[in-house]
Amino acid sequence: MGEFKVHRVRFFNYVPSGIRCVAYNNQSNRLAVSRTDGTVEVYNLSANYFQEKFFPGHESRATEALCWAEGQRLFSAGLNGEIMEYDLQALNIKYAVDAFGGPIWSMAASPSGSQLLVGCEDGSVKLFQITPDKIQFERNFDRQKSRILSLSWHPSGTHIAAGSIDYISVFDVKSGSAVHKMIVDRQYMGVSKRKCIVWGVAFLSDGTVISVDSAGKVQFWDSATGTLVNSHLIANADVQSIAVAEQEDSFVVGTAEGTVFHFQLVPVTSNSSEKQWVRTKPFQHHTHDVRTVAHSPTALISGGTDTHLVIRPLMEKVEVKNYDAALRKITFPHRRLISCSKKRQLLLFQFAHHLELWRLGSTVATGKNGDTLPLSKNADHLLHLKTKGPENIICSCISPCGSWIAYSTVSRFFLYRLNYEHDNISLKRVSKMPPFLRSALQILFSEDSTKLFVASNQGALHIVQLSGGSFKHLHAFQPQSGTVEAMCLLAVSSDGNWLAASGTSAGVHVYNVKQLKLHCTVPAYNFPVTAMAIAPNTNNLVIAHSDQQVFEYSIPDKQYTDWSRTVQKQGFHHLWLQRDTPITHISFHPKRPMHILLHDAYMFCIIDKSLPLPNDRTLLYNPFPPTNESDVVRRRTAHAFKISKIYKPLLFMDLLDERTLVAVERPLDDIIAQLPPPIKKKKFGT
Amino acid sequence: MVEEENIRVVRCGGSELNFRRAVFSADSKYIFCVSGDFVKVYSTVTEECVHILHGHRNLVTGIQLNPNNHLQLYSCSLDGTIKLWDYIDGILIKTFIVGCKLHALFTVAQAEDSVFAIVNKEKPDIFQLVSVKLPKSSSQEVEAKELSFVLDYINQSPKCVAFGNEVNFVLLVFCFVPKISFLKKRNFFFTPRFTLSSSRNKKHAKNNFTCVACHPTEDCIASGHMDGKIRLWRNFYDDKKYTYTCLHWHHDMVMDLAFSVTGTSLLSGGRESVLVEWRDATEKNKEFLPRLGATIEHISVSPAGDLFCTSHSDNKIIIIHRNLEASAVIQGLVKDRSIFTGLMIDPRTKALVLNGKPGHLQFYSLQSDKQLYNLDIIQQEYISDYGLIQIELTKAAFGCFGNWLATVEQRQEKETELELQMKLWMYNKKTQGFILNTKINMPHEDCITALCFCNAEKSEQPTLVTASKDGYFKVWILTDDSDIYKKAVGWTCDFVGSYHKYQATNCCFSEDGSLLAVSFEEIVTIWDSVTWELKCTFCQRAGKIRHLCFGRLTCSKYLLGATENGILCCWNLLSCALEWNAKLNVRVMEPDPNSENIAAISQSSMGSDLFVFKPSEPRPLYIQKGISREEVQWGVFVPRDVPESFTSEAYQWLNRSQFYFLTKSQSLLTFSTKSPEEKLTPTSKQLLAEESLPTTPFYFILGKHRQHQDEKLNETLENELVQLPLTENIPAVGELLHTPAHVLPSAAFLCSMFVNSLLLSKETKSAKEIPEDVDMEEEKESEDSDEENDFIEKVQDTNNTGLGEDIIHQLSKSEEKELRKFRKIDYSWIAAL
Repeated sequence: MGEFKVHRVRFFNYVPSGIRCVAYNNQSNRLAVSRTDGTVEVYNLSANYFQEKFFPGHESRATEALCWAEGQRLFSAGLNGEIMEYDLQALNIKYAVDAFGGPIWSMAASPSGSQLLVGCEDGSVKLFQITPDKIQFERNFDRQKSRILSLSWHPSGTHIAAGSIDYISVFDVKSGSAVHKMIVDRQYMGVSKRKCIVWGVAFLSDGTVISVDSAGKVQFWDSATGTLVNSHLIANADVQSIAVAEQEDSFVVGTAEGTVFHFQLVPVTSNSSEKQWVRTKPFQHHTHDVRTVAHSPTALISGGTDTHLVIRPLMEKVEVKNYDAALRKITFPHRRLISCSKKRQLLLFQFAHHLELWRLGSTVATGKNGDTLPLSKNADHLLHLKTKGPENIICSCISPCGSWIAYSTVSRFFLYRLNYEHDNISLKRVSKMPPFLRSALQILFSEDSTKLFVASNQGALHIVQLSGGSFKHLHAFQPQSGTVEAMCLLAVSSDGNWLAASGTSAGVHVYNVKQLKLHCTVPAYNFPVTAMAIAPNTNNLVIAHSDQQVFEYSIPDKQYTDWSRTVQKQGFHHLWLQRDTPITHISFHPKRPMHILLHDAYMFCIIDKSLPLPNDRTLLYNPFPPTNESDVVRRRTAHAFKISKIYKPLLFMDLLDERTLVAVERPLDDIIAQLPPPIKKKKFGT
Repeated sequence: MVEEENIRVVRCGGSELNFRRAVFSADSKYIFCVSGDFVKVYSTVTEECVHILHGHRNLVTGIQLNPNNHLQLYSCSLDGTIKLWDYIDGILIKTFIVGCKLHALFTVAQAEDSVFAIVNKEKPDIFQLVSVKLPKSSSQEVEAKELSFVLDYINQSPKCVAFGNEVNFVLLVFCFVPKISFLKKRNFFFTPRFTLSSSRNKKHAKNNFTCVACHPTEDCIASGHMDGKIRLWRNFYDDKKYTYTCLHWHHDMVMDLAFSVTGTSLLSGGRESVLVEWRDATEKNKEFLPRLGATIEHISVSPAGDLFCTSHSDNKIIIIHRNLEASAVIQGLVKDRSIFTGLMIDPRTKALVLNGKPGHLQFYSLQSDKQLYNLDIIQQEYISDYGLIQIELTKAAFGCFGNWLATVEQRQEKETELELQMKLWMYNKKTQGFILNTKINMPHEDCITALCFCNAEKSEQPTLVTASKDGYFKVWILTDDSDIYKKAVGWTCDFVGSYHKYQATNCCFSEDGSLLAVSFEEIVTIWDSVTWELKCTFCQRAGKIRHLCFGRLTCSKYLLGATENGILCCWNLLSCALEWNAKLNVRVMEPDPNSENIAAISQSSMGSDLFVFKPSEPRPLYIQKGISREEVQWGVFVPRDVPESFTSEAYQWLNRSQFYFLTKSQSLLTFSTKSPEEKLTPTSKQLLAEESLPTTPFYFILGKHRQHQDEKLNETLENELVQLPLTENIPAVGELLHTPAHVLPSAAFLCSMFVNSLLLSKETKSAKEIPEDVDMEEEKESEDSDEENDFIEKVQDTNNTGLGEDIIHQLSKSEEKELRKFRKIDYSWIAAL
């Protein structure tokens, strides 16, 4: 495996923004997650919870509601008063419609999926008709006195429940008038609070309305009579979210104390048909407010201010005990936020609204394996580049030579030229971008920094020639006819001849840059690509998929390599396949062609293709083979996967030169320290 | 134990009331609890013991109401019998002989003729749950050998077994694994439906089950765990879909759980001494009843639903109202801590005094087997936690006929850090209690080994002597401590004596108070109590002196000392020479205050033996071998109020006083000469039950309140000639009301008699004499209420004759006889059941 000098970088001050809404789509088994900065992410739960798609956020667009309608159309509404639909193919916003009711607090799609309901600040509930390419305002319901914070349809689509401040209204959809108004008790543990906010409602098919409110109560109402049936006090703080299973036999609520409670419909006695709702298990996976919950058929999904997306499978619903039955905590995005200039030892960090350029520190000291070396020169913060406008940065890249920086927002593409004069840096923006380079999903520089590859959101791939301070558009690969699928992963060979591009679902295309034509397409695979890279010299394309499979494809031969076939035949180690996080970066050692370096958030691995593959009986994680053993024993126990778990959570790892690695870590404690303080709870014995 | 001889060792109260869950009667008027070999019936209102159900020959291990007749009670015992009682009259109705040790008893309403019991048959540590079929038979003793096996390898404790609603299932817990057995009517089959893996959460692996309870109406099981959590299981018919809720408040193990009758709330208790009520089984909605004094061992709920009760580790039962207010406390002898003070007799109340609750002295009435009161000595909040070194009350002594009480408390965390405090308490006549008079910090440099008052009658000044390991003995006298603000008295040190720096181990005043004997390890020193001069020393070189006492009355010239090497020495104070010695390994040596006798209990490998002797002669008056298998720790002579007159020489030592002793396992034993028949107390205590009768029309007929009214009437209207008859004194009425209704002849038959009885008779009797008579009788009877191991079933006879004597005739004799005949017939009819 060899010894490396490792730059252990912990100054990437990245804090993911809190989760505001989640929406689960049963048809495609996908989960849409919106964050407080307006970012919307789509996770494919079937593909090992991979973050397939993402829509960058916008400062003025605070998403308050998110829902799937009419199959697989995703809508969001926010405090700017607009309803938006997302284009899941082209990865952009299709359109935005103002609801004219002030900020929108809630949104719900009808059970049939053809209508959309929004609750607004002014107390109005508005019904929209979903047409194939737009949404159409239909009518208003009776206006309420205060904002509508939650909405729920009756499964038959005839009634809706709307939670407001201090009361819940039940509307008849046909007439649009309020049938019942159910006043919520303001009492909180015997103390009267100023207001009781109904954070969530759920309408069950038997007519029961379940409400959760800021007094910590979960209440069951009979919508036929408008009376309170049952009340569970579950928290000292707000209960902020509720989600009901499709079978209506269980639901989940999330509280501001970070606890998620599961309620189940349980028969009272074995031989009676009478059933009752019982609070069963509490789950404490969050430290902060659980702003939103979702209930998939097999799991409880929750997210909140502490930025984790937690997927807690229900043991009784899981058929086989595989890694689907394990708890998942997703904190970091499944894409690269860091790029690295190997030549100048620079790191470019991408934040929502700015970029940071750092020069790595250096040392003259040497030491044994495992030693921490003292720095002779500290890391330098060279540059802080703020974006213009309210839009979030989609992607960014620094050229390997370190003299170019490119980044893109939804509407604009920026390219900068960096000049180094001793310790001074000067930055010059390359102006006069061509109009087709408006927004990019992925940017990549060639190894010699002479070419820039841009994947635009129209599905095209642009090649730009960079020379001196100038800039020249060479070619654009247009997408295959008929598809508008956006490419979101790029890889270029070190000789600059080959460019590989991958979309969200279709296979990987390989282009010949010299001849400017499509060379081949890697056979399609069921799971999305999480990372890819082209090996130097051999021009083998290494592809990692979200189901943790790794393929090696020879571009010149247009077929999988023998090693890849052997791996597929033998299969990966079961522990390798059970890892939680996808591989986000692949790189190669310049002097050892048999090595592939790859990492996910919790491990760093070097695959040595010359060694035998491990089978299920061998130990996958054997960090350091004992040095006192003879070479024969070491050779016998050694296998192709050398795994190190020292650095975690690992956001980026790359080889700077033959003997130097850079690892960017982001400890979770540092993120929690930057979050607002959680609700203080007395802990016994403290 | 020694059945043939006339003097027998009998257990005298103080047995554990908290051994099993207490049981309420259906109307919540009575509460039943097991107490050693007996079942005690207490009134829930007055806290008085109404009946003691004698009959079992070994420890009673379970009681349950008869579900088919709520006026009857089942009890089971280690002697292998199940007995059915009529608890209102305190009568044994039937005995079912099962033949193997029964450890717990459960009754269910659906299984009419069978009960469930935990037995161990073959091996001593394998317990089985069986259903016992109780055959219908008219005879008193029935063999019930038809056991049908339900479950094997279960926990011995009945807390780990619970029966579900409508007996759909039995839930059992064996350490980690709960088992549910589903019972179909009459034929049982067993399916272990779910098992909890012990390592469900490996981080807190203390989730052993401690107790279980079943919801009365729903299919819900509550289980208590070692880590203080309560889990509510539901939907347990399905191996996979079962689900549970967790309630967590207790920080230590949950000792017991009980659902309320309707199932709306769950009660739990544990070491925190707090009763927690979980309403609607939700974590947020809970109520507390804190400061119950000691660990809650058991919780039970009355069938009527209005009362709860908690049994505590300090031998106490607290009856609690539905609104979580403690309404009554039944306190037995506190026994869960070691006794440092020994047994003492309070000269005023004649109560036995010893360590009680932590930091308290308990005053325990031997006659009525209940605690009179607790005196808080240490006066600090007790924090119960493992590993804390508490302040211990180590010594106490009464002086000056109960006017003074001296106590010593100490706390020693390390060898060098001793906290010592002596307190002197004065009896206050006004408040009828002890009031702290003097507090002395560090009266000695080291532990106090002995404490004694000068109890001579003529002594003009109260004197107290303390002996300590620091080599000194100190004499404390009461002096005037008045100042300009108030008149007061206080104790000060008068004299400090020592002898060659030896540790002082014992001290003792002679009967007249003129001499003080202090032992310094092996040497006994005699001091003049007026001048505090050393008079003489005795040294036997036979080991350290363990006990020291002066002879009494005619033997006051002798001084007795028992040494650690097993030598008992008797010195003559006049000749200053050893009178005699004997080889006896004395553990307890107690002089009888009313005679010359001295009782010594020796310890041998076989057990403990009692020797009673006079100091004047080395030959013992009385020897009883094997009074107890275990070590006897303390003993005391209790003077009798009414001297007995035993003529036999061997028993004369029991004439004036009774000897009580306490063994290592804290059972309080005494010697009794009476045969079991004699000892039986007539059921005059039934009268106590009447006090708690509700004000119904019957009460007005029976009622005592009438008496007061009448008295007033008599006072105000003295001229009035017609005196109302006092219904309670009319035997016809009394008998009519005392006889159970179901055995009375028809009302038409009784009517004329009843009406006749209400007519005024010509004899004019003072109304007041009669109840007084009754009271006196009662007192006498209750004096010797020592419980007996044996029981002879002849209650009725004594009862009848007892009542018959009391009757003041207002009826013609023939009528009365007739009525009594009915009663006799009736009872035999009961017996034939």
